[in-house]
Amino acid sequence: MRRAAWVGLVGLAAFVVAFVFLLAFSLALPQIAFAAPPIRLWHAYRGDEEKALLEILKGWQGGAVEVLALPSDALDSKLASASLVGEGPDVFIAEHHHVGEYRARGIVVPVGDAFEGDAAFIEPAVRALRDGADMWGVPLSPKCTALFVNDALVTKTPEDIEGIAELAGTLPPGVFPLVYEARNTYAHAALFGAFGGELLGKDDQFGLTGMGAEASLALARGFIVKGAVPDDANYNILKELFKAGKAAFVISGPWLAADLGDARDLKYHIEVLPKVRAAGQPMRPLLTVESAMLTKPGAQKPAARALAKLLASRESAELRARVARSLTARADVPIPEGDAMLRAFAEQAKVAVPMPSSQAMQAVWEPANRAISKVLRGDAPPDVALTEAKRRFDTVRRPLPPPASPAPFLIVFGVGLLLLVLTWVRGARRGDFTAELKRSKPAYAYVAHSVLAVGALVVAPLAVGAATSFFAGNLFGETASRRFVGLANFIDILTAQGGSLLATGSFYVVLLVTLLWTFVNLFFHVTIGVALALLLSKPMLRMKAMYRVLLIVPWAVPSYITALVWKGMFDRQFGAVTGLILGLNELFGFHMEPISWFAKFSTAFTANVTTNVWLGFPFMMVVTLGALTAVPQDVLEAAEVDGATRWQRLWRVTLPMIRPTLAPSITLGAIWTFNMFNVVNLVSGGDPDGTTNILVTEAYAWAFTREAKYGYAAAYSVLIFLMLLGFTRWGEWQKRRSEQRERELRAKEVTA
Amino acid sequence: MNRRPSLLESVATHLVLMVAVAVSLYPILWVISIAFSGKRPPEARVLPLLIEPTTQHLGDVISSTRDGHWLFGQQLANSLIVSTATAAIGVLIAIPTAYALARFRFTGKETGVRTLLATQMFPTVASAIPLYLLLFKLGLLNSRTGLTLCYASTSVPFAIFQLRAAFESIPVDLEEAAMVDGATRFQAFLKVALPAARPAIAVTALFAFMSAYNEYVLAVTLLSKEEMFTLPVLLKSFIGEYKQDWEKFAAGSLVVSLPVMALFYVAQRHLVAGLTSGGVKG
Repeated sequence: MRRAAWVGLVGLAAFVVAFVFLLAFSLALPQIAFAAPPIRLWHAYRGDEEKALLEILKGWQGGAVEVLALPSDALDSKLASASLVGEGPDVFIAEHHHVGEYRARGIVVPVGDAFEGDAAFIEPAVRALRDGADMWGVPLSPKCTALFVNDALVTKTPEDIEGIAELAGTLPPGVFPLVYEARNTYAHAALFGAFGGELLGKDDQFGLTGMGAEASLALARGFIVKGAVPDDANYNILKELFKAGKAAFVISGPWLAADLGDARDLKYHIEVLPKVRAAGQPMRPLLTVESAMLTKPGAQKPAARALAKLLASRESAELRARVARSLTARADVPIPEGDAMLRAFAEQAKVAVPMPSSQAMQAVWEPANRAISKVLRGDAPPDVALTEAKRRFDTVRRPLPPPASPAPFLIVFGVGLLLLVLTWVRGARRGDFTAELKRSKPAYAYVAHSVLAVGALVVAPLAVGAATSFFAGNLFGETASRRFVGLANFIDILTAQGGSLLATGSFYVVLLVTLLWTFVNLFFHVTIGVALALLLSKPMLRMKAMYRVLLIVPWAVPSYITALVWKGMFDRQFGAVTGLILGLNELFGFHMEPISWFAKFSTAFTANVTTNVWLGFPFMMVVTLGALTAVPQDVLEAAEVDGATRWQRLWRVTLPMIRPTLAPSITLGAIWTFNMFNVVNLVSGGDPDGTTNILVTEAYAWAFTREAKYGYAAAYSVLIFLMLLGFTRWGEWQKRRSEQRERELRAKEVTA
Repeated sequence: MNRRPSLLESVATHLVLMVAVAVSLYPILWVISIAFSGKRPPEARVLPLLIEPTTQHLGDVISSTRDGHWLFGQQLANSLIVSTATAAIGVLIAIPTAYALARFRFTGKETGVRTLLATQMFPTVASAIPLYLLLFKLGLLNSRTGLTLCYASTSVPFAIFQLRAAFESIPVDLEEAAMVDGATRFQAFLKVALPAARPAIAVTALFAFMSAYNEYVLAVTLLSKEEMFTLPVLLKSFIGEYKQDWEKFAAGSLVVSLPVMALFYVAQRHLVAGLTSGGVKG
């Protein structure tokens, strides 16, 4: 009989394994590819530019091409993660200034014979992509911003930008004299350039400092205070305002012209950007050269190189000029006669500043954006904001910690292992250990396969992830500057990188925010959930089932969807929350201002909490409903007979009785909230300035947006894990203590 | 407790509940409104009324194609295949383990349970990169198999705990009676315990399916080929930093979430029953 059982078990295990493999194999079948894999081309075009690209590809004879269109921010991060392991594209189109960063990560290589030669292209475009003898991309189209003028609103462009701002008050109500993406470093660089400044100084130092930078910021802030410029216009708002005739002048690039294609009754023309009176010089926007670049695998395929060459060829340039009205980087393609727009951009490009392509440039954006936002909101004067920005820049650009010797760690690890083995052996020496093992054998038959599966799928990746925290540098790329740094990452985090413990971005601040986040959410989850459950469990309530079904809806909808929906509702211009505020204004005669939810920590935090409470109260409600059904009626009736009021019955009988059942759910809810990535990442995205980041989103940012510091992010994760472990252990200890105390009390009662 | 509530009390209760329902449904009504509205006025509104009702956006999302292939269909299939496989693998691995944890005492049991619990507390961020490398070594990047393996790794521990609670709630006497009648342990497991646990197994499988279907972070990090996207990645792609296509996002959300919401309603009663019947001992 026993043997039959064993055979049965082995059979089951074999079946499971076979099933898993069959599943895996059948799922993998579609990947058994055809002979020659297609050339992969990635881009971030939309609209007419995308059309132009696809038309160019129609004339391509060199084999299959697999095209992937991505939003521009996604393109950058996908390139990073996919190229880590050679799963990226062969050719991709990106702006030239990314070259420095891609080179450092080993993503791109020189284009070799895909480059036709210096003579074919205009000089600034070649300069932007050349380093020494190598070309690191083929130039396609230079882009910069220029001045769009609404002909219906103005007949003559003022001489300088201060003049434009002075138009405020002379225009119809609700119309801005000037709209540009004021908070964006890229846009602000044009103003800064008039003062002679460059974003990256000599030796890759932070360039947005000094008198010129402060003057440019003060000027921008002045415009906003005067009401001449909206302070938070992003590209969408800029486009909508210009289309609706609510902006006399906007500063934007050819992409706006492409997007305005369908606004046929909008009369506008494009000019070179004006001078800045305070600087006495014209504005100098940044020039970016859209280029086709080759990845390492791509450069080895002659077909991919030929494709890149085609993209930069004369025919393609002419096609792009025709279909998408793109400015070309080629020297031998004339600007079509009568195309005033292209002429204006070509003129502007002459005074534009090529964006620096050094890898350090990547570290400029976040600190600069934050500083500009702060000044424009009026939260800080220019000099304070810029000093902080420089400090942030220097922090990210810090050299890696020096490699540490793994010797002490190996020793500690070895000793630990030895101790473990010793305790195990000692335990095994106990007389009944072998008997215990024998008794355990049948259980092992059931558990063996899962130990293997869980070990390989769950424990191994987590262990590797934790081990990553002991390393720093470019961990997985070809240019392996990886090094073992021991506890350096942890020390860095716990000492807040040598700065003040409560400076923004410090681990402790993020921890405090996370704790606040968890407590506030839990408080509302529990009170709202329990309150609703109590209401729903009233015996005489009608339509109970309907209420219950409808109140669970927030829990039923996938959380990433609702997070994005709430983000949309909190949008200051078009969101439903603003609508509510305006509606209340109308109804009650209030004069509340629509709130810019993500501009301040308090309001952004509130937005996050609102979303998460909305998402989470149904769980608590349902758990409480279940717990309430287990409350015995007789106890409550006895209390009522004894003269307890409703409130007293609630507080002294019902709630204490459901507490033990609620406790594990509350713990679960606390852990989920603590690690709630979706809401914080999708609703506020950490805004403003990363202050609403909780620990998990901060860790993610370190891994995926701040120069890929995976080791640092891994150390963060280990710390998060240790804290949660500590918390649950503490909870268990508390429970054991209270149970023991109860036992002691009861023992006393018996003996009394 | 059986006295009739006063009129005031009834009205107040219903009022509060109706407000709660309105708050719960408000964002959903907006999704429906945006999904089915034509050209909306560029201003903030309060009531999610339909403007120029149209099914255009729904059509745009569902009929998206690439090179003549039905792209949306492919992405939908990806989500369904990955979620089903995750549920199947998770449940298959968890059932015998959960049974052992519920019925047997064996060396290493407590350590095993502790390890499983601990793995639940490690944030997904940390496992994203090593999982990526693991998949690369196995040649399973950008594949449904790879994603399924990642999801299964997170669903197995949770399934084990849920099923353990289920098995623990089945009285041992039934199996013991069977064994007294001559059945082996395994037969008792197969013929008595498993059928009794069927509803719990179904619910666990449902939850594993839904978690995989709704998973966002890993999918968005690990998938870079459009035709390999699962539905969450597709929906997120409509809302970028510069270009936000709320209409398509809303229409897509409706298509993606309605089936899983229906499933959720079926399953949620049982999940909570498992959590509150004293099953979660830590």
